[in-house]
Amino acid sequence: MNRALALIRRRLVGSVFVLLIVIIGTFLLLEAAPGDAVDAYIVSTGGDTGLIEVLRHRWGLDQSELTRLANYLWALCHLDLGQSVTFSRPIRDVVLERLPTTLILMGSATALSFGLGSALGIYAGARPGSFRDRFLSIGSLALYAVPGFWLGLVLIVVFAVDLRWLPIGGIETIASGKTGLDRAADIATHLVLPVSALGFIYLALYLRMMRAGMAEAWRQDFVLAARARGLSRRRIVLAHVARNALLPLVTMLGLQSAQMLGGSVVIESVFAVPGLGRLAQEAVAGRDTPLLLGIILTSAVLVILINLLVDLAYALLDPRVGASEAGA
Amino acid sequence: MNGLRRLLRTPEAVAGTMILAVLFAMALSASLIFPGDPQAIAGPALLPPFQDWSLPFGTDRLGRDVLAELFHGARTSLAVGLVAAGAALVIGAVVGTLAGFAGGIVDEVLMRITDAFQTVPGFLLALAFVSIVGPSLGVVVAAIALGAWTGPARVARAEVLSIRERDYVAGAHVIGMHPLEIAFREVLPNALPPVLALSSVIVAAAILTEAALSFLGLGDPNRVTWGGMIAEGRAVLRTAPFLSIIPGIALVLTVLGVYLAGEGVVETTAVRRSLS
Repeated sequence: MNRALALIRRRLVGSVFVLLIVIIGTFLLLEAAPGDAVDAYIVSTGGDTGLIEVLRHRWGLDQSELTRLANYLWALCHLDLGQSVTFSRPIRDVVLERLPTTLILMGSATALSFGLGSALGIYAGARPGSFRDRFLSIGSLALYAVPGFWLGLVLIVVFAVDLRWLPIGGIETIASGKTGLDRAADIATHLVLPVSALGFIYLALYLRMMRAGMAEAWRQDFVLAARARGLSRRRIVLAHVARNALLPLVTMLGLQSAQMLGGSVVIESVFAVPGLGRLAQEAVAGRDTPLLLGIILTSAVLVILINLLVDLAYALLDPRVGASEAGA
Repeated sequence: MNGLRRLLRTPEAVAGTMILAVLFAMALSASLIFPGDPQAIAGPALLPPFQDWSLPFGTDRLGRDVLAELFHGARTSLAVGLVAAGAALVIGAVVGTLAGFAGGIVDEVLMRITDAFQTVPGFLLALAFVSIVGPSLGVVVAAIALGAWTGPARVARAEVLSIRERDYVAGAHVIGMHPLEIAFREVLPNALPPVLALSSVIVAAAILTEAALSFLGLGDPNRVTWGGMIAEGRAVLRTAPFLSIIPGIALVLTVLGVYLAGEGVVETTAVRRSLS
């Protein structure tokens, strides 16, 4: 466990710097946006020039840029992301309200793409160069070329409009009064299409990585040794070749999280899923820059946390990782 | 000619090159075959495809010619994809070379900035950038490049780290060349091949990001884009799904063509390098 703690400590120190850069970046974007919080407030409530001056002073907007950056950082330390103009509520509350939906969507899509992708990758990589290998490689490339939002629309046309098997959008039936398991099942049926649209695109990535890693592993000496020991082919494929090709996929899981958050923006808008991504689109439509930047900051924190988890999982799976630090 | 023949060895590369050739032909001939404004009304609204041979792919909600829009959209997709990817490769190569060659604190700072850009979802960043600066072709290109330069930067840095220890770099130091001159005239050109190998993936991602941005209404409003066409068709998805499906197929074929041709090029150069 010492090893894992050392890894967490080192990662957290690095993450603080990265987060600081992200915060300065969002601050600069906020500065670049036309108008400030007072303009937005006046537009929504009305008021005269005198009030504008008073508000600018009270909110510290008449101070130098460095002071404002310091104020911004100070507010963020208190987890205060500011006030949303479109919702007239604290941004933190709006974001936290939408976050669970996106986490469920992303988690299910990741499970789908990682599980099915690596399984198909093992199937293709078990016999490199075979027909099924070539078929799956080309097929996954074609799948990877599909825009997520378009796949979502096609799924809606086929499964919601033509076949009427699944709901067209939303996260649950409105005012159905369902509770407990009924409600969970209702949400699950609503999530089938968005999760498929998001997950199938990234499935190709894991399939191809698994396949490439296995093709590489087949050439290693330990495979020859396993053969010499007379192990069954099934055992060589699963316990030796696939297992060695699996580790890079775990790293990919963390790297991919940022991309998947980006992808969920369009998927959530297509399926009207009230998550963080849809919130981002609403922020753009309402010209609510502070809200949009609050979402970006939240996503950055989320990506850092996911990568930390992935690193820990990696350290548990591969005893070589971080071993030198624990000894030092 | 020899290189081309070698590129066209595998059926996948042939297919990719052909798709790209057709696309470039569409983009270049768009104004010749469909002169005038592709957003002008050309016939009755919502004409289904393959009914009227003067409007083979039918018309959209406002009676605009879908085929003409498709041709002009190819132009936007390819232009944005290529320019954004080019910009991302240049920024990435320069940042990676500086970080790898300078080392020390410069390396540390540049790589933490790269980390920060990789932590923020690229699409969200592009969304914020376009919505703050305002949608136009140049802004969309910049927004896409902003989220795409980190991969090339990492690859370039790794390559530079190994190259800077070579003898000819030491020799350049000895003859008194300026470090920046060594970095960009001696080291960078030799670090390029693995960076360029990323280009097909980056072009493909740029085309998809542009489509997603215009789908959300953040594309250049004065240009036809495939993403915008899909968004337009979405309003009549139940009655006229072809309006969304046709430009989507064009997108899939384009990106697939880029991938296939890219794999062919990488394979060709790999063969050439192992031969020499």
